[in-house]
Amino acid sequence: MKTFDYARADSVEAATRAGGRFIAGGTNLLDLMKLQVETPEKLVDISRLDLNTIEEREDGGLTIGALVPNSDLAADPRVIAKYEVLSRALLAGASGQLRNKATTGGNLLQRTRCYYFYDTAAGCNKRQPGSGCEAIGGFNRIHAILGTSDQCIATHPGDMPVAMRALDAVIVTQKADGDKRRVPIGDFYRLPGDTPHIENVLEAGELITHVELPAPTVGRHLYRKVRDRASYAFALFSVAAVVTVEDGIITAAALAFGGVAHLPWRNPAVEAALVGKAPSDETFNAAADALLDGATGFGTNDFKIPLARRTLIASLREVTQ
Amino acid sequence: MTLINKVLGREDTRSLTMNEAHPHSWLDAGTQGVIGKPLDRVEGPLKVSGQATYAAEYPVERLSYGVLVRAPFGSGKITDVVADAARSLPGVIDVITDYPSFIRNPQQGGEKKAPTQGVEKVDYHGEIVAIVVAETFEAARDAAAQVKVEYEPREGSYVFAAHRDQADRPPPDQIPPHMAKGDLDTAMADAAFSIDETYTTPSQNSAAMEPHASIAEWKDGALVLHGSYQMVASDQMQLAAALGVGKDKVRIISRYVGGGFGSKLGIAPESVAAAIAAKRLDRPVKVAMARQQVFDATVRRSNTEQRIRLAADAHGKLTGLGHETLASNLPGEDYFEPAGIGTQFAYAAENRLIDHKLVRLNWLLSGSMRAPGEAVGMLALEAAMDELAYKVGIDPIELRRRNEPAIDPTNDVPFSTRQLIPCLDKGADLFGWSDRKAEPAGDRRGEWLHGTGVAAAVRSNMLQKSSATVELTGEGRAIVSTDMTDIGTGTYTILAQIAAETLGLPLESVTVQLGDGAAPPSAGSGGSWGAGSSGSSVYLACEGLREKLAKAMGVEVEAMTLKDGRAIAENRAVDIAELAGDGMTVTGTIAPGKQEKLHRQASYGAHFAEVKVNVTTGEVRVERMLGVFSAGRILNEKTARSQCLGGMTFGIGAALTEELVHDPRNGKVVNRDLAEYHVPVNADIPQIEVAFLDERDIHANPIHAKGIGELGISGAGAAIANAIYHATGVRVRDYPITCDKLLAELPAV
Repeated sequence: MKTFDYARADSVEAATRAGGRFIAGGTNLLDLMKLQVETPEKLVDISRLDLNTIEEREDGGLTIGALVPNSDLAADPRVIAKYEVLSRALLAGASGQLRNKATTGGNLLQRTRCYYFYDTAAGCNKRQPGSGCEAIGGFNRIHAILGTSDQCIATHPGDMPVAMRALDAVIVTQKADGDKRRVPIGDFYRLPGDTPHIENVLEAGELITHVELPAPTVGRHLYRKVRDRASYAFALFSVAAVVTVEDGIITAAALAFGGVAHLPWRNPAVEAALVGKAPSDETFNAAADALLDGATGFGTNDFKIPLARRTLIASLREVTQ
Repeated sequence: MTLINKVLGREDTRSLTMNEAHPHSWLDAGTQGVIGKPLDRVEGPLKVSGQATYAAEYPVERLSYGVLVRAPFGSGKITDVVADAARSLPGVIDVITDYPSFIRNPQQGGEKKAPTQGVEKVDYHGEIVAIVVAETFEAARDAAAQVKVEYEPREGSYVFAAHRDQADRPPPDQIPPHMAKGDLDTAMADAAFSIDETYTTPSQNSAAMEPHASIAEWKDGALVLHGSYQMVASDQMQLAAALGVGKDKVRIISRYVGGGFGSKLGIAPESVAAAIAAKRLDRPVKVAMARQQVFDATVRRSNTEQRIRLAADAHGKLTGLGHETLASNLPGEDYFEPAGIGTQFAYAAENRLIDHKLVRLNWLLSGSMRAPGEAVGMLALEAAMDELAYKVGIDPIELRRRNEPAIDPTNDVPFSTRQLIPCLDKGADLFGWSDRKAEPAGDRRGEWLHGTGVAAAVRSNMLQKSSATVELTGEGRAIVSTDMTDIGTGTYTILAQIAAETLGLPLESVTVQLGDGAAPPSAGSGGSWGAGSSGSSVYLACEGLREKLAKAMGVEVEAMTLKDGRAIAENRAVDIAELAGDGMTVTGTIAPGKQEKLHRQASYGAHFAEVKVNVTTGEVRVERMLGVFSAGRILNEKTARSQCLGGMTFGIGAALTEELVHDPRNGKVVNRDLAEYHVPVNADIPQIEVAFLDERDIHANPIHAKGIGELGISGAGAAIANAIYHATGVRVRDYPITCDKLLAELPAV
């Protein structure tokens, strides 16, 4: 760990102007700093800002403070009742101890668990642009099959953001100049392309203050995560689904996927394959075809392609029953 | 029996070499009633309150902090260690390299010589080549990241499969690499039923909670090293040899060890680096290896490729048994994973072949990890036995019953005790085995396929020379001193129980002092021999004290009863404290003898597992597990049970999750933290039941106990693999059985 300056912010404005890397729960950043994968000159501690409440809005949606811990969010009765997919995704993530500490805003920004990203002796374009990608040609069991580039095949490791993507969450930020913006989660993350080190659209000093969930929809909720052990393991594949069936026809479907891409993945073609159709294996296979169109394995992660197909089909069966 | 009672004032000794059976044991008298009881660990309160001092926790004046620097390449020669930038950082004291003296890799357990030294030529990625010492840990860690190791690369061997054809047979050691009897090929050709399958297991890491750590301090030319080590006496010799000093100049103190599982049997790089730095700087140096360094540069269990051949007659009786293993290690290191060791005596078969060969790779050292040999060997053998049972069409327990040997089939000697079949039978009863339907893939509940499996457990028992001193004070307290270690197993507690039972003292009147190399040398913790060996030395010392007490009381020792701090004989009762006078001390020493050659000594068990496999994803969840074990006298039912629970949990890891991955391009450990090296977590572990059979082994040692620490892992993973087959009809022979390996064989969704 390099020496760094530390400042505690007493307001959102002060935090955005402090000119440092934000830290809240620190469950990811501190690990990365110890390994010098991240070497911030200055940490701005935002953990005491007044951003730890969950409020109902007039439109029926929820506004979640960026500092609400994962465990609190998962246990909130309104979340359990109306955004079950989010509660389930949260509880599928990390471990009890980590969920107590990890925050909503921080979890959105969790960095990849790529082994080569974590090892400073390895080439990694995300950690050190231009140093190559050792995951390609190496061990890539946990890596992406969709939206990859020849520069990076890392995955976003989160569960919560996958559910939020299915729920069309909006990320509310404040910039150093005081401007606030509302970024739909679908526009928030970036694919790796030639700049895998740039993972989202946040600008320097821009702080996530809230996450807004739109008014709840009526569909059935499901979050299913496939992993190498029953807890404290990142998703090999996960699916967040909110699906409505009326009179034997799928009338609405929102699906997002984890463990397959550089960001919580959502593809309108998957939903288009479902909406207006009767639930059937043929329909589900068409959805899987749409999801996996162009999917590419890199050797040790090839199994994710059949795994994703099977899991999606079983999940759709369950959620349309 | 060689029994020497040497009276030299207070320096009394009592020694026993196990040449003959030793039927008598004071522990059977049951007078004090503490032996065998499920007592809490005596050091438990210290541990849970943070007062137990682990290696890196000793307060030392003028302490400096060392952080190790690795070679960031898989094979090559260092041309320079560029450290100017690191040295100039605030708080940095020095960056030290010593190519000839730094150790290339840790030493194996029990060796008396230094491990392979010399790091200018690097043989594996992550080899420790320098140490940065600073006033603070943080400064040292930052500086270590600024050190640049420059090198000329060399070609290396990084892929097991690419070099498996160049395997060589290691020289005979304690365990012979090769054993053959009869003609296996003919037996296979003539067999009514046969199995010829290859099973593979990956590299594994002990992943002990406490990383390897040392504080080195030189005083008057002698080194005191607080370290996290399992075998203090031989570790001292290794360290002295590595440093080029007399063995009397090194004292290791290892009072508490936060898990070892074999990874701390021999000295690791941090001890030598800390000692060299401390000497050069004339300051104490502390080094705790980072978790990633533990994965990179300590010791792994070797990966294995095991070919099992079983030849059976029409009734399933084995006529031939072959177990050929390929393991891997660094060039020049002859330790081989003895996967066939349990196969020597597990089952009868006239024609036998057991073989081990080594593939030389530029991967970190391989060495002993919990139940070296059986832990992975039985993953293969016991899965093959399950396959054979299906072929013959009989129950897997019945198959084992039909192949139960009357005597040790390798050495033609009797078993000291052998209760494999009673373990299987009792387990079958407790588990409800008779309800099982044999055919696989017959129990689907929604998306889950359920199945059950069984496997035998065998684990060789060993006795090692071990000494302990017991002092009986004038206050009526017993103080046990030995360099024996407690690596979380319960040594403190069982030694206190043995002393309390033998001397008729309440447990609270016994103090056990462990892990100090200045105390009498013990067997250390390894090979499951700790309790039997160290426990016997304490027992012998106490037996000597009984004689002294009888003499002081003026009665025959056989006529004296010791209970609750009182000696009772001839209608008199005297306080032991009074009889002890100014204190009396006896040093007990146990040594192995002819008994281990005259009998096959081993502990046995049976594992039963129920699993469910998700038919969509191939994810496996263990629903319940049962282990039934016979291991001689159980010294403490609670710590023994915990040992078995831990072993079975390791077995779940070996079956389902644990795999140390080496990068094919440079041999580097890819998954070098606990997030990505998957040991089972709580959610993976179901209800586990443990039962013990009553047993005494009079051929093992005077306390009649046998090793248990490694028995629980032996065969455990195979029971799970067999249950997975029963659930799915899919036989995966490549451990761990992760979902991707099942996926292709599962029914379409």
